[in-house]
Amino acid sequence: MGIIDNINKLFDHRIRLGIMSILVVNEDADFNRLKELLEVTDGNLASHIKALEQAEYILVEKSFVGRKPNTSYSATKLGKAEFKKHIEALESLINKPKY
Amino acid sequence: MSDKNYLKDITEIKNLMNRSSRFISLSGLSGIFAGMYAIIGAVIAYFYLFPKPGEYLTLHSLNFKLLLALLASVALLSVLTAYIITTRKAKKNNEKVWDATTRRLLINFLIPLVTGGIYIIIKLNSQHYGLTASLMLIFYGLALVNASKYTIGNVKYLGYTEICIGLICAVLPGYGLWFWILGFGLLHIIYGSIMYFKESKN
Repeated sequence: MGIIDNINKLFDHRIRLGIMSILVVNEDADFNRLKELLEVTDGNLASHIKALEQAEYILVEKSFVGRKPNTSYSATKLGKAEFKKHIEALESLINKPKY
Repeated sequence: MSDKNYLKDITEIKNLMNRSSRFISLSGLSGIFAGMYAIIGAVIAYFYLFPKPGEYLTLHSLNFKLLLALLASVALLSVLTAYIITTRKAKKNNEKVWDATTRRLLINFLIPLVTGGIYIIIKLNSQHYGLTASLMLIFYGLALVNASKYTIGNVKYLGYTEICIGLICAVLPGYGLWFWILGFGLLHIIYGSIMYFKESKN
């Protein structure tokens, strides 16, 4: 199996990669926090979140803060493992000897 | 995708991880100021408020209350200065001062610190003030080590040093003030300067 097999297609996008980066080092983050850090529009962010949610890489939890609905996201075990594999693949691609 | 793009990905990942989990706008300058306030406070205490040889410091004396007031002013001034410097730096970094990272940093810093503070007050109320300086140094050190995960820089080494000084201070009773000056004054200035030089290099 080559290194390239570990490059995850789902992470081959700036925003999805960004969402995962934030969620692996934070217990959770809500929608606005992600939006603020990634500097994207609501619709754009929502569609990428959906893709990650469908792959079961992230967990979506809806709750209420007072009367306001609040959605928080966290990385699943699978998501964290896949992300780690992806990073390792990226690193070995960068460090591979050149001929 | 070329190597350059992969490298850009990695840089972006690191950047996001840091920005989302650590508060980056602390400045060494706040440390330098805190150290200076501490030394000025200690000098005032030494010449005006401390008991002369043969006298005792009693809990309900005016001098003791003045000492507490002095301590509170040093702490307040340090916090105020740190707040002003941090706000300015955060604005420059285009960062919000009050977000998830600051909250986490503060909570983790305050838990050991407040615990220590309450413990010291309890001890003072039962006339045990011999170890006050040592306890202050130890709990402050623990607070720094605990908070260091949520900010950049090597705050944890400052924390380790404060804890060591606090422990040595506990072994040598009678030199509390000197260890206090060393830990809260000198160390802050040294550490703050190192941080400040690193910042201005970047």
